[in-house]
Amino acid sequence: MIRDITIGQYFPGNSVIHRLDPRVKIIATLLFIIELFIVDNFLGFAVAGVCLGIVIAVSGVPLGYIVRGLKPIIIILLFTFTLNMFMIDGHILWQWGFLKITTEGLRTAVFMAIRLILLIIGSSMLTLCTRPLSLTDGIERLLSPFKIIGVPAHEIAMMMTIALRFIPTLLEETDKIMKAQQARGADFETGSLIHRAKSLIPILVPLFVSAFRIAQDLAMAMEARCYRGGEQRTRMHEMKLKGRDYVAFLLLALFLAVIIIESILF
Amino acid sequence: MSIRVENLVHIYDKGMPTEQLALDNISFTADDGQMIGIIGHTGSGKSTLLQHLNGLLKPESGRIIIGDTDITQPGVSMVQIRKKIGLVFQYPEYQLFEETAAKDVAFGPKNLGLSEEEINERVREAIELVGLDYEEIKDRSPFELSGGQKRRVAIAGVVAMRPEVLILDEPTAGLDPKAHRDVLTMVEEVHRRTGNITILVSHNMADIARLCDKVVVIDSGKLVTAGTPYEVFSKKEELRNVGLELPPVTQFTETLREKGIDIEDTILDTDKAAQQIAAYLQRKAK
Ligand SMILES: Nc1ncnc2c1ncn2[C@@H]1O[C@H](COP(=O)(O)OP(=O)(O)OP(=O)(O)O)[C@@H](O)[C@H]1O
Ligand SMILES: [Mg+2]
Repeated sequence: MIRDITIGQYFPGNSVIHRLDPRVKIIATLLFIIELFIVDNFLGFAVAGVCLGIVIAVSGVPLGYIVRGLKPIIIILLFTFTLNMFMIDGHILWQWGFLKITTEGLRTAVFMAIRLILLIIGSSMLTLCTRPLSLTDGIERLLSPFKIIGVPAHEIAMMMTIALRFIPTLLEETDKIMKAQQARGADFETGSLIHRAKSLIPILVPLFVSAFRIAQDLAMAMEARCYRGGEQRTRMHEMKLKGRDYVAFLLLALFLAVIIIESILF
Repeated sequence: MSIRVENLVHIYDKGMPTEQLALDNISFTADDGQMIGIIGHTGSGKSTLLQHLNGLLKPESGRIIIGDTDITQPGVSMVQIRKKIGLVFQYPEYQLFEETAAKDVAFGPKNLGLSEEEINERVREAIELVGLDYEEIKDRSPFELSGGQKRRVAIAGVVAMRPEVLILDEPTAGLDPKAHRDVLTMVEEVHRRTGNITILVSHNMADIARLCDKVVVIDSGKLVTAGTPYEVFSKKEELRNVGLELPPVTQFTETLREKGIDIEDTILDTDKAAQQIAAYLQRKAK
């Protein structure tokens, strides 16, 4: 049910990918995403796909678990797929009334679908293999050069930490409230759209009440421990790049080189 | 109406690294009119068990037979089950959502598709049954009530559905002594008036010993023992091993017995303890 949502979740493990410095992983993910948008042929996707496959295999995250994370976006995927398939002009393959499928349309549809899937799997690998805390630590460090121009790096990282930390809590809370209302005979699955939208009220109201309560408790707990922002804060785990991180950078450079050569040649 | 639970197994997050065997082969029965107590250490699987009884969770294997329907079979109407089995969750006040207390209590009956009059009548009855003043409370927002009042309104929301089996998951958790007593008196009252099966989860051994006809003990998802309060609480070693204690009065009388004072074993209520001790003192004075 609601617990099936795996986007943004951490998958505990001890692989090399898990142990890499979060900064390396963030940079790699960004490059991977940029690469997906530069590539304009299937060969490029194949290269990206193979690299992603290797990363997944090394990380030890079961493929089934990752694929399950795609479930919530199937609708978006189908939507863009059909839209692309029918909307693009070109050499007509099949026609029925005003509906027509063209070679170009089909190509773009498949192209976009692959791009989206790779994009989502690629970015979810980052959160699957990185503890939320080290992820936000990494973001803070990467953003800290921009502090000079007034980017509140620590505050941004703190807000992200809190948001990530409370996703599972709120999902759990939602699950509990849904069950409690179902026990009172609430039905979320059948009925018209309006009926179903209305049936969300008994979930949303208690959920908001809970969220505010949790936020208030957290703010109080932070204040009680004299939390006061980023200045002069030291950390328990200093981030240091290790041998494996440099190897990862090397592989990343290689990946980039292959992609650039590939897009020049083909 | 009776409940038979047979070899129930439940696994959370099957196939994930966090996979957990939450119920391991649990079997017990509850007969008509009984008050059943379920006790166990934190995380032993009590709430998981209760959620199976009204079909909110599906077991990995095993059967749950309520009356004469096996609710684990596919195709059983969940609405029908939830009409029969009322489940009050742990901290039920967090599920309140309506503008007024009366409307919130009416949510369940409304979902059963009852008529307006029937709903109003049930709401009034349920609110009074949980020991609140209907006229005073009906138009107030559930969010501005006190903790104990919220708890009662939430319980009334399930009672108003007139379930044939009422299940309460730690109904007194986090209440002050007076509210604790009131809520239990109310549970007793509802049980007595309806004459139905009531299932109660509690960490308070004195309440369990006093109220229940039958006690089910679980630990890490396994059934430890089940029987009358006397049978269960006389297995002192076993209870201690699973992190449970005897009711205070029993602890007291057992300590007296260890010191060589000759009274009955496993005394579960204060009156009887007093009688036994008085009798002992009289015997000794002679
Ligand atoms: N939704 C869930 N997903 C995964 N694991 C769960 C879930 N709910 C409970 N568990 C696990 O199952 C086990 C039994 O939990 P359960 O809530 O049934 O215990 P309990 O006996 O009700 O405890 P308590 O006395 O604290 O209420 C626990 O170890 C818990 O971590
Ligand atoms: Mg519980």
